[in-house]
Amino acid sequence: MEALTSILFHGLAYAMILYIVSVGLSVTMGLMGFVNLAHGVFAMAGGYVTVILMNRYAVPFALALAIAFVALALLSVILERTLYARLYGASELDQVLFTIGLIFMSVAIVRYLWGPLPQPVHLPHALSGQLDFGFRTFPTYRSFLIAAGFILIALLWLGIERTRFGAQLRAAVDNRRMAESIGIDTRRLFSLAFALGSGLAALGGGLGADILAIYPGYATEYLVYFLMVVAIGGLGSLRGPFIAALLLGFGDTACKYLVPELGAFFVFAAMIVLLLWRPAGLFGRA
Amino acid sequence: MSPVDASIRGHRLRAIELLPWLIAIGGYFGFGDYLTLGSQILIMILFALSLDLVLGYAGIVTLGHSAFFGAGAYAAGIYAAYVTGEPLSGLLIAALTAALIGWISGFVILRTQGLALLMLTLAVTALLAEAANKASFITGGADGLQGVDIDPIFGVFRFDLFGRTAYLYCLAVLFLTWLFARRLVHSSFGRSLVGIRENAARMHAIGSPVRRRLLTVYTISAALAGIAGALLAQTTQFVGLTVLGFQRSGEILIMLVFGGIGRLYGAFVGASLYMIAQDQLAKMDPEFWYFWIGLLLVLLVMFARGGILGLIDRLLGR
Amino acid sequence: MRSWTSAVAAVCMAMGISTAGFAQTVKLGVVDTYSGPFAAVGELLDRGIRLYVKQHEKDLPPGVKLEIIRRDDTGPNPEVAKRVAQELITRDHVQLLAGTVYTPNALAIAPLATEAKVPFVIMNAGTSMITTKSPYIARTSFTMWQSSYPLGAWAAKNGIKKAFTAVTDYGPGIDAEAAFTKGFTDAGGQIVGSVHMPLQNPDYVPFMQRAKDAAPDAVFVFVPGGKDATSLMKTFGDLGMKAAGIKLIGTGDIATDEELANMGDVALGVVTAFHYSAAADRPANEAFVKAYKAEFGADQEPAFEVVGAYDGMAAIFHTIIAQQGHMDPDKTMELLKGWSDDASPRGPIMIDPETRDIVQNEYIRRIEKVNGALANVELETMPMVKDPWKELNHQK
Repeated sequence: MEALTSILFHGLAYAMILYIVSVGLSVTMGLMGFVNLAHGVFAMAGGYVTVILMNRYAVPFALALAIAFVALALLSVILERTLYARLYGASELDQVLFTIGLIFMSVAIVRYLWGPLPQPVHLPHALSGQLDFGFRTFPTYRSFLIAAGFILIALLWLGIERTRFGAQLRAAVDNRRMAESIGIDTRRLFSLAFALGSGLAALGGGLGADILAIYPGYATEYLVYFLMVVAIGGLGSLRGPFIAALLLGFGDTACKYLVPELGAFFVFAAMIVLLLWRPAGLFGRA
Repeated sequence: MSPVDASIRGHRLRAIELLPWLIAIGGYFGFGDYLTLGSQILIMILFALSLDLVLGYAGIVTLGHSAFFGAGAYAAGIYAAYVTGEPLSGLLIAALTAALIGWISGFVILRTQGLALLMLTLAVTALLAEAANKASFITGGADGLQGVDIDPIFGVFRFDLFGRTAYLYCLAVLFLTWLFARRLVHSSFGRSLVGIRENAARMHAIGSPVRRRLLTVYTISAALAGIAGALLAQTTQFVGLTVLGFQRSGEILIMLVFGGIGRLYGAFVGASLYMIAQDQLAKMDPEFWYFWIGLLLVLLVMFARGGILGLIDRLLGR
Repeated sequence: MRSWTSAVAAVCMAMGISTAGFAQTVKLGVVDTYSGPFAAVGELLDRGIRLYVKQHEKDLPPGVKLEIIRRDDTGPNPEVAKRVAQELITRDHVQLLAGTVYTPNALAIAPLATEAKVPFVIMNAGTSMITTKSPYIARTSFTMWQSSYPLGAWAAKNGIKKAFTAVTDYGPGIDAEAAFTKGFTDAGGQIVGSVHMPLQNPDYVPFMQRAKDAAPDAVFVFVPGGKDATSLMKTFGDLGMKAAGIKLIGTGDIATDEELANMGDVALGVVTAFHYSAAADRPANEAFVKAYKAEFGADQEPAFEVVGAYDGMAAIFHTIIAQQGHMDPDKTMELLKGWSDDASPRGPIMIDPETRDIVQNEYIRRIEKVNGALANVELETMPMVKDPWKELNHQK
C-alpha cells in the first residue's frame, strides 16, 4: 500500500510536467494545424533560462520561471511571424522537415553556448526535503509540482472557458472560417495562442528541470513523450492531453514498477492500441 | 507537366539515367581508397529509394522506416551467425522478414493518417528497437551482434580488407533493385499510387482499391529497406542497435529530401552528397555539422521544396 | 582475391623496413567520439592523449616522430567505427590503433586488427570479453568485473547480508550485475531481487521503489555516469531509502568526480569501488591533476576516461621507444604484454601477459565531505586485481 501511494504520487508529478509542456502543443497543433516537432525546444530553452538565471545570477526560482515564460513567449512570436507563418498551408512533410531543421539548429546552438553536459539544478531550500502530510511524507519538490500543476491547469481552463479570448480561441479551433466571418482576427489569435503555448512549455521545462534533465538532447529525447501526450489526447483539446498525460505518467511509472522487464514497452504498446481505437485522440475532432 | 509526371511518362530508358552507374563504376577504379565509404553510400541510396516509394510516390509520411532496415539487418546477421554465412540466401531471408513486418505493421496502422500515422510509425520502430535490446541473447543487445562471418559470394569472391568485393556486391544489388523500382514506378500500379497521394477520395470514387495498394507498396518498400539493412550487416559483418530507431529514420528522410522526393533519383543524389559531405566536413567541425544540416533543411522547405533535383529542374527551366 | 591479407601485411612491413635508418614517423590512428550527444566522453579520452603527448613528446628517440590521425565514430555506431578503422589502416597506413569509448565499436574493429595485424590499444570500453576477440588487442582502461566483483566480496564481508541489484539494461550494466552477484554470493551474501532499467529513462522511482520493497541491506546500482547517476541519487533520497538505513553501493561510474557537485548531500556515505579517484593523494596523481588543471582549466576535474587514455599513451610510447620507431606488430604486442607502470595517476598498473588486459588496484571509496565539497575518499585498496571474468572462465 505504501509502495502504491509512492508510485501514484511520483507518477502524478511526472504527469504534471508532461501536461504543462504538452498542452501548448495541443493548442497550436489543433488551432494552426501545424505539426510543430520543435515544441520541445521551447521547453528546453525555458529550462536553460531558468537554470542559468538561478545558477549564475542568483535569481530566485519563481522569478526565473516568470522570466523564462515571458522570454520564450516573446521569442516564439518572433519565430512565428518570421518563419512559421510562411508554412501554414504547407504539407505535413514540409512542416515535419522544417521543425526538425529547427531542432537541429537549436540543439547545436545550445551545445555551443552551454556545453553538452546537463545543467546542475540546485532547488531553492524551501523546496528540498520532505513534507509531512501526517500519514506519510512526500518529497517537497514533487508535492510542489503537483500543486503548481493543478493551479496552472485551473487558471488555463478558467481562462479558456471564461474569457473572451478563450471563447474566440475555442471558436477558431472549432471552425476557423466561421470564426473569421464573424470578425475574429484569427491571425492575431494564432500568434497569441502560439506565444501562450510556448511560454507554458518553457514554464514546464523550468519547473521540471529536476526530473527531465536540461541538456542539449532534451528536445529530441523527450519529444516522443510530448507528441504521445498530444496524439493520444487529441489535438486542440485541453482535457484530452490531461487525461493522456495522467495515463502515460501513471501507466509508465506503474508498469515499470510492476513488470520492470516490459517497462519501456508499455508506453508504445498503449499508444498503438489507443491510436488505433481513436485515431484522432481521446478528445480530438475526427 | 510536373517532373514526376515527366519521369513517369518517360519510362523508356534515357541516356542520363546511365550516369549514376557510370559514376559508380568510375568510383571503383578511381577511388580505390574510399570503397568502404562507397559501399555505405550505395546502401543508403537503396534505403532512400525504398523510402521514396512510400513517401514520394504514395505520400505516406513516416518516421519509422528504420524498422524495416533494422529488421533486415538483424535477420541477415542472425542468419549468418547461426545458420550459414552464404550471403545471397541471407539477402532473401532479410527481404522476406522485413516484408512480413512491413505487411503486418502496415495492415494495422495504415488505416490512420496525419499525426496518428506519424506517431504509429515511430512506435513501431521504437518497439522493435526495444525488442532487439531485450533479446540480447540472440541479437547481442547493446554490444551488437557478432560472429557475422560471411562466406565468399558464389564461393569465390571473398570480402576483403579493402572493401572491393563489398562495393561491387552492393552495386550489383542496387542495380537490380533499381531496375525493379523503376519498372514499378512507371507501371500502372505506380501511377495509381501517385493518384492516391494527390487525391485519395477521388481514387476511392473511381473504385481503386486504395488501402490494398498502399499496403502493397508499403510491403515492397519494407522489403527493399530490409535488403539495404542486410547489405550493411553483411559488408560490415556486424549489427548494432543503431540500425533501428528514430535517428536512423530521420537521417534517411533528410538524405532523401535533400535529393528530391518522388523522382527516383533524388535518393541517389541526396544520399551521395550527404554521406560525402558528412565524411569530409563533419571532421572539421563536428558540433556544427547538425547546425548546418538544420539550416539547410529550413531553407530547403522554404525555398527549394523539390530538393536538389528540383533546383536543377528550375535552373533548366522545366 | 585470396591473399589480400598477407599482401597488405607484407606491404605494411615492407614500408616499415624500407624506411629504416631515416627519420621515422609512427602513425597512430585514434578512433574516438568527437560529435553527437556523446562527444563529452570522447573529449575526455582525447584530453588524456593530448596531455601525455605534451608531457612526453621529448622522450621519443631522436628522429622519431609520432603522427596521430583522429577519426570520429560519432557515438556507439559500430559500422562507422569499423569503416573509419578500415580507412585508417588501408588509406592512412597506421601502425597502431587506439581509442573507442564504446564496446560495440571496439568489437567491430577487432577482426580488422587481427586481419591487418595492427595492435589496438583500448582506452575506455570496459566489457570483459573484448580482449579475447583479437590477439592484437591490449587494454589500459578497466573492466566492469574488475570493480564489481571485489565490491561484492567486500560488501558481504562488511555487514551487508542482503542486496538488491538495479542496473541499466545494456552491456556494462549486465556485466556489473553478473560480477557483483558472483562476488557477493561467493562470499556468502544473498541477492533478494534484481531489476533491469531501460537506457532511456527519465524516472527512476518505480525501480527504486521495488528495491525498497525488498528491504535489502544495500542496493547495488549501475547506471551511465552523469545525469542518470545524479537522478538516481536524488530518487534514493526522495523515497526515504537513505532514511530507512539502506545503503547505496556501486561502481565508481555512479560517483564520477565531475558530477559529485551536482548530487547534493544525499550522496554522502555512498560506497563505490573504482580504479581511479581524482582526490587520491598519491604524488603521481597530484602531479597529474595539477597538470590537467593547468592545461584544461582550474575548475576541471580529471575523470577515469582521461586516465585510461593517458596510460594507454604511456604504453604506446613504451613500444615506440623500445623499437626506435620501427614498428613490428608482433614485437609491439610482446612489448605490451607485461608492461607495467608504477607511476600512473591511479597507482601501479600492468598489462597481463596472458590476457593482454589491464591489471590494477581497485579502491573501495566512500563519498565524504572534504573541505566543504563532496569527494571520493579511499578506504581500502585491493592490489593488482586481474579481470575476474577471464580468471573464472579460463579465457584468454
